[in-house]
Amino acid sequence: MDLFLQLFITGIMLGSIFALVALGWVLIYKCSGVLNLAMGELTLIGGYVCLWLYQSLVKTMPLMTAFLLAIVGTLIIGLILGLLTERIFLRKMIGEPILAVIMVTVGLSFFFKGMVFIIWDTDTQVFLPRVFPIEPVVVGGVAIGQVYIWSFVAAMLLMVIFVCFFKYTRWGLSMQACADDEMAALSLGVSAKFVYALAWAIAFMAAGVGGTLLGNINGLNYSVSLLGLLVLPVVVFGGLNSVPGAIVGGITIGLLQNFAGGYLDGYFPGGIKEIAPFIFMVVFLLFKPYGLWGWERIERV
Amino acid sequence: MAENNKILKINNIEVRYHEVILVLKGVSIEVPEGGIVALLGANGAGKSTTLKAVSGLLGHEDGDITDGSIEFLGEKIHRLPAEQISKRGIFQIIEGRRVFDHLTVEENLLVGAHLRPSGLKERLETVYHYFPRLRERRTVMAGFVSGGEQQMCVIGRAMMALPKLMLLDEPSMGLAPLLIKEIFEIIQRLNREERIPILLVEQNVKLALTVAPHAYVMENGRIVMDDTSEKLKENPDIRDFYLGLTDVGGRKSFREVKHYKRRKRWLA
Repeated sequence: MDLFLQLFITGIMLGSIFALVALGWVLIYKCSGVLNLAMGELTLIGGYVCLWLYQSLVKTMPLMTAFLLAIVGTLIIGLILGLLTERIFLRKMIGEPILAVIMVTVGLSFFFKGMVFIIWDTDTQVFLPRVFPIEPVVVGGVAIGQVYIWSFVAAMLLMVIFVCFFKYTRWGLSMQACADDEMAALSLGVSAKFVYALAWAIAFMAAGVGGTLLGNINGLNYSVSLLGLLVLPVVVFGGLNSVPGAIVGGITIGLLQNFAGGYLDGYFPGGIKEIAPFIFMVVFLLFKPYGLWGWERIERV
Repeated sequence: MAENNKILKINNIEVRYHEVILVLKGVSIEVPEGGIVALLGANGAGKSTTLKAVSGLLGHEDGDITDGSIEFLGEKIHRLPAEQISKRGIFQIIEGRRVFDHLTVEENLLVGAHLRPSGLKERLETVYHYFPRLRERRTVMAGFVSGGEQQMCVIGRAMMALPKLMLLDEPSMGLAPLLIKEIFEIIQRLNREERIPILLVEQNVKLALTVAPHAYVMENGRIVMDDTSEKLKENPDIRDFYLGLTDVGGRKSFREVKHYKRRKRWLA
């Protein structure tokens, strides 16, 4: 029972990070219909940028201040990189076949990965000194690492901010409108180009924080970018263009991965933790191709 | 009418799609301040293209104004991108009731106010005053309301933008006759009470001629007639082709057959 609770709670917390990154992914898909295959590299970049900021700041100020400032810095750099990426690589692709745009994101993923390795090398790097104390918090007999708790809080906070942004702000609504009918949105003065740029910027920011949190848990190296693939089962489950779907999907996949790791890994020589989400995705697609809350096209009869 | 009270002047524009297909061949239209002007014609005559040329949405469909000019309030706007034209107060209501399916009716209206985000409460009230049905349906996803309500929603959405000129593309398309009547009455009230000038594209010629005091008739990318509605209603050709008031089986179009064939071959 303890094992179950342990897996359950850490699963939810890990899942919240997936959810955050998936949110960024969904956003780009929603607004521009582009399947972004470079999401993992966005997380990687975010993680390294934050690490770099943190390590330069921590020498001069207390731990927590340095970390929070580093996260703010990551968000700002994410914003700038997002706008730049859209401007340089994707603006020209507006109106081109969607497959071509997807191939551009594949190219981007290799480009970003290469840049990260050039700048920061390929060795695993960790946040040192540790941001969060290593002693776990014990709740009802279950020990949870503090880093998980804070990741959960941070991811949830950011998600609430994003959801409020979509629901209650002018640009949030206009972004959704643009996703629905670009031409009609354009006729009302909504600039599609700005919407795309904003979507990429937000995706960069969400991924950056996701990468930072993961980096705090496992250390930063190439494998963080595998999250980019893991986002796919998350969004397939939740529905490609559903924000709540991304959140529920993220947490579900987090749980699934943890349970698979905890209970089934012993029976498979290579471990099944990593592929469980993908097996789930394939089976799930058979039954609900639109995911839980994906937009089915509203057809009026 | 005096020259200086025209807010929109389309001067002899030529529009091409994909740099090859010539759709408008010299169209000139004027809209007076506070007026309604109707643009009539068969399918494919170029009516919607004319509206898109004004609103700048042509660029979205790889169309381009290759000759002529468009002036709005004395300023040349035909080279501006769509957002800039919207900023100057021209809003097109695209044909086919393009609501944002997955937003509620009220959210749809709010997106309409994208460029003028202040005083939203009062403006929502104004829209609901003209379209009481939208108030009842305001929390429903716009994709699921009836066709008439969707049409009201898109007109209301454009009202939220405080337009200085509304380009209305076939508001009657696919709606029941009674509903069309209701919507046209509201359009007339909008024009009278809110002083919104309207350039109206319409297939329903009879209705359009009762709403608009002045109308243009388009065929094959050209303006072929331009007069007050009273005179147009009396015109034998209009009665023949558009109002169906003469013998069945007569001529149905101004379009020269030879020219049409030539164009077909060019396209193929």
